Amino acid sequence: MAAAFRIHGRIGSWLVLAGALAAATAAASPAGAETTGLIIVSNEKSNTLSILDASDSVVRTVQTCGRPRGMKFSANRRQFYVGCGDDNTIAIYELATLKLVKRYRDIADPETFDLHPNGHDLYISNEDDSETTVLNVETGEITARYETGAEPEGVLITPDGKLVFVASEAANIVHVIDVAAKKIVKNILVGTRPRRFALRPDGKELWVSAELSGEVNIIDLSKLEVVTSIVFAPPAIRRDQVTPVDVLITRDGRRAYVALGRANRVAVVDVPTRTVSDFILVGKRPWGLQLTRDEKKLYVANGLSDDISIIETASRRVTKSVPVGIVPYAILIDD
Amino acid sequence: MSAARAQDGASTAKIAYIAREDDSFYAPGRTYAGILRRDRKSAIAGAEVAIQDSKAIGRAIGVDFVLLTLRLAADDDAAARIRSELNASGAMAAILDLPLDDVKRASGSLGDEALALFNIRHREIALRQETCRTGLFHVIPSRAMLADALSQYLLFKAWRRVLILEGAQPMDFEVSQAFQASAKKFQLRVVGVKKFVLGHDPRQRDQINVALMTSDTDHDVVFVADVMGEFARYVPYRTAKSRLIVGAEGLMSGAWDGAWERHGAPQLNRRFERFAARPMTEEDWAAWVAVRAVVQGVVLSRATSRAQLLRALKRPDLTIELYKGAPGSFRSWDRQLRQPILLHTRNAVVDLAPVEGFLHQRHNLDSLGVDESEFSCTR
Repeated sequence: MAAAFRIHGRIGSWLVLAGALAAATAAASPAGAETTGLIIVSNEKSNTLSILDASDSVVRTVQTCGRPRGMKFSANRRQFYVGCGDDNTIAIYELATLKLVKRYRDIADPETFDLHPNGHDLYISNEDDSETTVLNVETGEITARYETGAEPEGVLITPDGKLVFVASEAANIVHVIDVAAKKIVKNILVGTRPRRFALRPDGKELWVSAELSGEVNIIDLSKLEVVTSIVFAPPAIRRDQVTPVDVLITRDGRRAYVALGRANRVAVVDVPTRTVSDFILVGKRPWGLQLTRDEKKLYVANGLSDDISIIETASRRVTKSVPVGIVPYAILIDD
Repeated sequence: MSAARAQDGASTAKIAYIAREDDSFYAPGRTYAGILRRDRKSAIAGAEVAIQDSKAIGRAIGVDFVLLTLRLAADDDAAARIRSELNASGAMAAILDLPLDDVKRASGSLGDEALALFNIRHREIALRQETCRTGLFHVIPSRAMLADALSQYLLFKAWRRVLILEGAQPMDFEVSQAFQASAKKFQLRVVGVKKFVLGHDPRQRDQINVALMTSDTDHDVVFVADVMGEFARYVPYRTAKSRLIVGAEGLMSGAWDGAWERHGAPQLNRRFERFAARPMTEEDWAAWVAVRAVVQGVVLSRATSRAQLLRALKRPDLTIELYKGAPGSFRSWDRQLRQPILLHTRNAVVDLAPVEGFLHQRHNLDSLGVDESEFSCTR
């Protein structure tokens, strides 16, 4: 049975869908399970999840543990994980009911994480402890720890499960973990304050946002080095006002979206030529991005206007802004 | 000098931290009846946290960053001792946690630009003018920058009429002068300057009684120039009119604050508190930045000598993460670290300067402090 890969470029979660390779139409979900169509937004300061339905209206607000930020679907997509930094907890929710089903505690300040293709190893960046820990989400055991530079954030695992990349914000480094060897095999020096990753679908390049340098560094994965960078220069915006965070690359590898933080815009990038083709004005301090499965809509979390902007990707226009909780961080879409 | 052990295989970059025994800056400040109001701890803690934070990047470039400490005895000649110790130890740069006179002598005697030195404590404008062509870099903001931050906020709020209450200490006079210059620059109107003294003598009520001093002018805010703070802490709620207090009390401007919520500041504050078991002060933060400036200079240029590091520190593309949003770099005319300034109360940060809307033709951060065209090097 052929397996179809879908890339969530944000931090890079890989989902293996059993079934035929989907072309233009929406792909079937695993084992014929229905998707809820829900959009989930984590709000780090109000300690809530805002739940939107397919009409892009908030239908529910779920109270969570302290400072919910990173979110990821489980391997079977029936659950999702939420990292609560202030409560040192990974909370597990059931999608169909939005009920809390399990909590793993004593996980030091989890911010973001990525799920290994093996379905049970969650690689978590522990912000305050300068560590990446591996949590087995089935047993609750921490099976490995990797010492990183200060303030690790972005985590991305390659689709073959061989390498894990972790960005160390305060050290300006991307650590490369060899999963089989269980150690960090390379430290790649990047721009100032690296935050999040996106992998090109052909697996040749890893894009990493450097928040304080105002650029996205492009790492050639055959050399594990930065080969070039994309600088963002929206008209009439000073360089130090451009703070890129989330990066998403479309499934066909042609277009990338970059949230530009303090510039209050999302950049649209032509991936093959690495040129910026557009800037879309959104809310205040956009960080988190998420695409719908058909990539027709882009959802943007605006941390300092407490809302999300919904962009129609064909026209590159914001069609709706929806108020959510306080300081929205990440977005998951179950479609 | 004591030194930390260097790891094998890597080259070592040594940063010296220099302090003096019996430095009055660190003497506990007690008020009447022994109430402890000030208990400063050595800012070396900031430097130590920065060294820890730099281990990963050091490993990536094959450099071991090491902190050496030098403690001058109470009667040591700062210039001579520092010069000999720095040469003996091979330090690339030095952080000066010393009284003002020591800082002036050290930077003067080491010769023009022999070695990168960092001022983490002294805010005097005159110091920047006197040391402009030496290797002294100022991390802590100047009084001009602190005053400008406040002035921008007052202008933004349209609280233009300011009454100044000025203390009797020379430092209070400097603070008042800096604010008056800043008020002129930003076109605020100083409606009066009243000098105060500490005491209870009714014959001196014109200089003691806050209600009296604030009753005869129309003003929007009261600026208190009181570096020790003993008078300022009793000004709120004692004024004749209900006006906000700024300066030494109420809305204060500073390089750092434990309550700053954005730009990753809580992460730095937490890392510091776990290490030092106390909140991070402005001087701690300045010592932290000094180490990070050296690290960034080495990363940028792979500097292995003092001269190379000095050149790297002067580069306009040096970006130092300050945890205040905009990256820092050193101004070419006075070697002052350009940086955002926090406007804060005792438990919250109200705003960050440059206040939104204030621009500058080259670099927004240069809207704070003495600009290139206004600066005169007196050396």
